[in-house]
Amino acid sequence: MAANANTLTNRLKQQPWGLWWLQARRLTRIEVRRNLLSWRASWIYFLAFVPAAILLIHAVFDRFDSRNRLDMSDDTMVLAGIVQFYYIRLGVFFGCLGIYARLIRGEMVERSLHYYLLSPVRREILLLAKFAAGSFSAILLFGSSIIAAFALTYLPYGTAGHDFVFNGPGLAQLEAYLAIAVLACLGYGAVFLLLSMIFRNPMPAAMLVLGWEAINPVLPSILQKISVASYLRHLMPVSVPGDGIFALLTVETEPVPAWAAVFGLLVLIAVVLAYSCYRIRRLEIRYTTD
Amino acid sequence: MNDRIAFENVSKFYGEVLGVNRISFSIPPGITTLVGPNGSGKTTLMNLMTGLVQPSSGQISVLGIAPGDANAFFRMVGYCTQFDSFPRGLTGYRFLFDSLMLHGIGEYDAFRLASEALQRVRLSDAAGRKIAAYSKGMRQKIRLAQAIAHHPRVLILDEPLNGLDPMARAESLALFEELGRQGMHLVISSHILDEVDRISDRVILITGGYLIAEGNIHQVRQEVRDKPMQVLVRCDKPELLASRMFSVNHCVEARLHGDGKGVFLRTADIDEFYRLLNDVAIEGLVKIEAVAPADDNANAIYNYLIGSDGSAS
Repeated sequence: MAANANTLTNRLKQQPWGLWWLQARRLTRIEVRRNLLSWRASWIYFLAFVPAAILLIHAVFDRFDSRNRLDMSDDTMVLAGIVQFYYIRLGVFFGCLGIYARLIRGEMVERSLHYYLLSPVRREILLLAKFAAGSFSAILLFGSSIIAAFALTYLPYGTAGHDFVFNGPGLAQLEAYLAIAVLACLGYGAVFLLLSMIFRNPMPAAMLVLGWEAINPVLPSILQKISVASYLRHLMPVSVPGDGIFALLTVETEPVPAWAAVFGLLVLIAVVLAYSCYRIRRLEIRYTTD
Repeated sequence: MNDRIAFENVSKFYGEVLGVNRISFSIPPGITTLVGPNGSGKTTLMNLMTGLVQPSSGQISVLGIAPGDANAFFRMVGYCTQFDSFPRGLTGYRFLFDSLMLHGIGEYDAFRLASEALQRVRLSDAAGRKIAAYSKGMRQKIRLAQAIAHHPRVLILDEPLNGLDPMARAESLALFEELGRQGMHLVISSHILDEVDRISDRVILITGGYLIAEGNIHQVRQEVRDKPMQVLVRCDKPELLASRMFSVNHCVEARLHGDGKGVFLRTADIDEFYRLLNDVAIEGLVKIEAVAPADDNANAIYNYLIGSDGSAS
């Protein structure tokens, strides 16, 4: 047993970790460039920044119309609703679908994936670097959008807004929203990356995931663990009362500590990525049938 | 490390469709031409060789390394595929530079190797232009440059002459010949057999997923015993030579060359034929200037073994 452990340790030490790290960094850089500096990514920019744009319009025009002015606690609730209902359920969901599904499936559609598969890079490194690039792009877009939305929510309140952010709970809420966005990008990203490797058209499968996420709160607790949004729900710093159809999305489930929610989601991501690595080892280039 | 590209009993099925079946060969360094009709399994064989598809059964190794070991394998293998597509938005130079950077080399080395490869395929002037604006021939060249940029020991080329004008074809063939002389393995599939044939050392004939013949072109030709060999003899009296040779029963066909200064003779016994030709030369009746096999090439072997309809005879 000890001998086996030693052999494994020696084998791990002999692996070219430095080269893998270098290749992963370079691949990530190439992929980030493709993700962000492309006209075809413009709809993802739109998805990410549309709430910030709407908040900007409100911030500009509501200044001159006292009838439309809400109080800060209402706006805090509005922001929490935007994060929970728009970013997590729609913006990040579809944005990640666009970013991560392109990484492997998009290159198969464009018939350019073989260049990577013919390079001296382990396929697992290729997959993980692509995932890292997708995550960097998605987190950059949605993270900055959430920061912009947060700033545009509290800037119009002047000194009161400043106090709420820096001397009140504001900054902690922003941190929580950013953490939720990061975890949402990683979680949905891992799922969509895998779906894009399994299905020629990942869209129907993504719609099933969307439906699954929506009904997940009313499922038995064991099934709730197979969901990205269910983990994120427990991290929300402000609970949003749900009315009508939104009630389905805000069902109170059994409470889970934040650390357990984060750990659970990270385990889910790791499992999905491990299976994706297994799939890419067996991936074949057959563009005519793909 | 051995110096062979080896297939041992390799089969590949796409579901129930046969790709290649029980293929075995061992290729030494030099230029090997892969010959077969459309859909015969040539590209499948090349994709298997480079791990783009995986065998249903059997073993593949290139210079002793399996395609699964990407780090070691793709440092010594370059593959110019038939897929005429590229990552979007890249210039020719950027395409090569990015590829080379994945080898783990420094930026200066990547720049130097990319520039050298562009020069070798004579594409330096267009290096700064987007590949999307390239002509078909230029895209073929940039793919070739990408395959050779890292100085591989094995170069696999799937229809590398497609889309090239005659001048570029001649330049590419000269490059392949030079690389073959340097001791590299080159595996080339091409339907322009007349041109590739001039530089090939060996041939692999494949049809319907089955290996029909493999080896040195001359050896393979000699093994096709049911097809008499054709020899062109350049001489001053071709009619006289034809009548003399035709009187021997192993000589089955004689045809005058178009310029009237030679004769194509077809014989069922090449050794006996050469012996008799020596006798004729010694007798002095005919002044023989040159003797050369006329169907000892991949094109003729293809026609004899596979036929124009693509079905093996």
